[in-house]
This record gives sequence, structure tokens and C-alpha cells, in this order.
Amino acid sequence: MENSQEEKPKEIQSLDQKIKRRNFISFTTFFVLGGAGLGAWKWLLNSPIEPSGGITGGTRVPLRRALNTTELAFRRFFSPNHLVKTYPKSMAAKKVRQNSDIGLDDKSFSLENWKLSVEKENKNFLTLGIDEIKAFPKTEIVFDFKCVEGWDQIQYWGGIRFIDFIEHFKLSDYTQYKYVGMETPDKNYYVGLDMESALHPQTILAYEMNGKPIPMNHGAPLRLIIPVKYGIKNIKRIGKISFSNERPRDYWAESGYDYYSGL
Amino acid sequence: MKEIREKHSLAMRWTHWVNFPILTIMIWSGLLIYWANDEYRITLFGHTFFRFFPEWFYKWLKVPSHLAEGLSFHFFFMWFFTLNGFFYILYTIFSGDWKELVPQKKSFKEALLVVLHDLHIIKIAPPQNKYNAAQRIAYTSIIIMGLGSVLTGLAIYKPVQFNGLVWFFGGYHFARIIHFVLTLGYVFFFIIHIVQVILAGWNNFRSVVSGFEIVQTEPMVTEPILLNTEPNPSETPIEPERQNFLLDTMQEFKNPSEKELDKPDQSNSLH
Repeated sequence: MENSQEEKPKEIQSLDQKIKRRNFISFTTFFVLGGAGLGAWKWLLNSPIEPSGGITGGTRVPLRRALNTTELAFRRFFSPNHLVKTYPKSMAAKKVRQNSDIGLDDKSFSLENWKLSVEKENKNFLTLGIDEIKAFPKTEIVFDFKCVEGWDQIQYWGGIRFIDFIEHFKLSDYTQYKYVGMETPDKNYYVGLDMESALHPQTILAYEMNGKPIPMNHGAPLRLIIPVKYGIKNIKRIGKISFSNERPRDYWAESGYDYYSGL
Repeated sequence: MKEIREKHSLAMRWTHWVNFPILTIMIWSGLLIYWANDEYRITLFGHTFFRFFPEWFYKWLKVPSHLAEGLSFHFFFMWFFTLNGFFYILYTIFSGDWKELVPQKKSFKEALLVVLHDLHIIKIAPPQNKYNAAQRIAYTSIIIMGLGSVLTGLAIYKPVQFNGLVWFFGGYHFARIIHFVLTLGYVFFFIIHIVQVILAGWNNFRSVVSGFEIVQTEPMVTEPILLNTEPNPSETPIEPERQNFLLDTMQEFKNPSEKELDKPDQSNSLH
């Protein structure tokens, strides 16, 4: 009896000590790790923006690295068999939304003088007029055009599939390259596309919108419709197409957007 | 007698506190993305009741119009949000902790009683255990919501590659709306959660950091012998009040569900 009475306060004390000890350990860990997390966040917020003049720019260096790594992860899911959903023509918007004029404001541009030039090896160019492109079978698509801003619209486009274009103009050797670059005649708007997205069966060099020739503000006479990418990659008024193993320059990737921008 | 009672596993505490800042960043960067085209509004019979979001809201939160910045943060932290949630779900399944978490048949009825109790409409609180019925429903819902955010997010992030997922969520528009509404749900959950945590007090809050709660064990429970013996007049007479309590306790032992209903001294909040 005496023994147990002596032990009793000791037990309580040791319980209190135990509580104190556990509280100390867990709260110290909590605040140290919380502080470290806050520090990591501050580091990320204050990390330098990519230097200008590069292929990509405008975002924090670690976040750009993350975007590029994420691209690699999601490119594994890409398949030419994954098709964008198509709709009946009746569902296509009559008033097609237009978001940007970049690359279209050259006053001296004339449709008659327009030629598409495809840059081949050794600085050779394949130069094509719109009728040469229209001579091949037309492919039409009615799909949900998606803008990176968040809006989307069902639109109806017609033209030559890029994969058919490559075949008809005997450019198949160039599909060995990793990227396709496209730019407007005034070189003010330009996009880079990974080859597999460019060769996707729904990627179209479009010359028709809602069954009629594309109006000027939508990129007459020839624009890109690439449903596996956000609108920013769907360049209007293509002047030049080139092939490369390095990423071609890309207008919005220079301003902080993901280079891949795939859907 | 004070006693340490283990409450939350280390894995639960880690994932809880890792999730909190990550979800905050996801909501913030999501808002940056949404603002580029903030078209959602509640419209009924042609009248717009609320626009997500009014101008003052962005000004108040000092949210700049930085779509590219929002995207780059969102597509980085989405990995951590997903991995952390995935780890939590795996742990909860394999540790058996889901038994304390997932709502039971009776939880839906009991949850109503918890709410009525918390609003001080009724006095009797349903059993607490680790989580009460309302907590089971709330915490299980928030996990399902997290899964919903990841899946709808994936659907609107790569709608062509995961077109089956887009179809499952009722199309691109609807998947986006679900993704948006789930975020509103987190904010709503967060407000209630904070209020309930404050009301539940320190002991409860501490358990989500250090894992244990301190409970006062009741001396009555430690003297079961009294319950099994007939009152003996030769022994010290039991005071009438105490005798009533003992009889009640014995009654409750025969009917355990009722006993639980009367269990005092437990916080019954939804936190």
C-alpha cells in the first residue's frame, strides 16, 4: 500500500512529462517543417524569370522546368488514335469567335501575292499557291475549339490534313524531325509543334470556315486547325512552314505559357 | 485520471498539413486561371443572381490577371495535390482507418442529430467515437471531392487524350463546372471546419498535430464489480443519487446503443 501510494504521484508526473515531451516533439516538427515549407514557397515566388531571347520565357525558371517535365509525362498518353469529339455541322457557331490579330495587321498584305513556303534542307524552299493546296481532297471537321483562357466554341473548318499535305508534296522525309515551325508572313506570330501532334489525323491546314473561304480576320488564306492543342497554337495566315529537331520559336511560350499546350 | 489516447496516425497528420497549403495554392492559381474568362453566374428565369466573381472580389483578394502564371503554378502543384491525396487514400484503406471514417448506415440519421446538437436545438449528442456521424460524412465527402477535382481536372486538362473521362463527367463544359463547384465546396468546408475546430478546443486541435488526445477516465467504469453485485445492506450504504446512477449504468450495459447516446463529456462537433 505504501509503495503504491508513493508511486502514484510519480506516475502522474511521468504522464505529464510524456505529454509534454510528445507535444514538444510534434509541435517543434510542425513549426520547423511549416517554416521550411514557407521558405520553399518564398524561394519559388522570388525565383528568377527566364531570361528573354530564349525559346520559352516569361515564367519562373523552376516552374518552366516543371512545365517541361509535365509535358514529358503527358506526352506518354498522346496517341494519334485519341480523336477530338466531332459534332454535326448544324451545331457549329455561325459567328466564329476571334481573339487575336497578332500577325495579321500588315497593311501591305494581299491575298493574290500570298504563297506558302516550306523550308526544305539546304535552304531550298517549296513554294505553293492556294490553288495547288486546294487541288487535293478536302477534309472537314466540326469540333469544340478550346482557348487557353477557358472559353470554347464548336466550329466548322475545312482544308487539307497536315499528314496528307506531307504525303502529297513528298515531304515524308521531314517527319523524322521532332518539330514543325509555322509563322505568319510578317513573322509576328509563330508557333512550334511537336511532330506527333502535327501529324495527328485531325490536324488541318484550313482554307475554309463554315464552308466558305476563310475571312481575313480568321487567317485567310490558310491557317492551322490543330484540335489537339489550345487555340494559341492554331496559327492564322501561315506564311512559312519549317522542320527542326530543336523547338521552333513560339509566340506564347515566350510569354510564360506552356510550350506543349496539348489537349 | 488523465490518460493519453492515440487519435490520429502520423500519416493522417502529415497528409492533412501537406494538403492545406497545397490546396490553398491550387485554389489561388485556379482563380488566376478562371479570371481569364470569368463567365460563370447563377441565372434563373433570365435574372442573374450572382456573378462569379464581382469586381470587388478580385480587388479584395488582390488577384492579378495573370493567366500564364496561374497555369504554371496549377500544373506544378497538381502533382503534389494528387500524390498526397493518393498516399492518404492508400494509407486509409490499408491501415483499416477507413472503418472510423466511412459513414455507416446509421450515420446519415445521426448526422442530423449532430447538427441539431451543434446548433443547440437538442441536448443529447449522438456518439462521438473518433469521428461522429457528421464528421464521417464530411470527411469522406471531402476525400471524394478531392478525387473529383483530380479527375475533372484531368478531363479538362487533356480532354482529347482522356475523352472517356470528359464523357463520364458530362462533357467539357460540365466537367469545368464540376471542377469549379468543387472548389467552392472546399471554401465552404474550410469555413465550417475552422469554426468547428475553434469550438472543439485545444485538445482536439492538438491531436491533429501530435496525434493524441488527453481523456479523463471515469472512475465508475473502473469499478465494474459494483455493477455485478446485488446491493448488500451490510456494506456501506450507497447514496440514493449514486444508486440511481449505478442502476442507469447497469441498464445501459444491457442496451449498449442507449448507453452511447448518454455518454457525457465528449466534444460532438463537426470539425
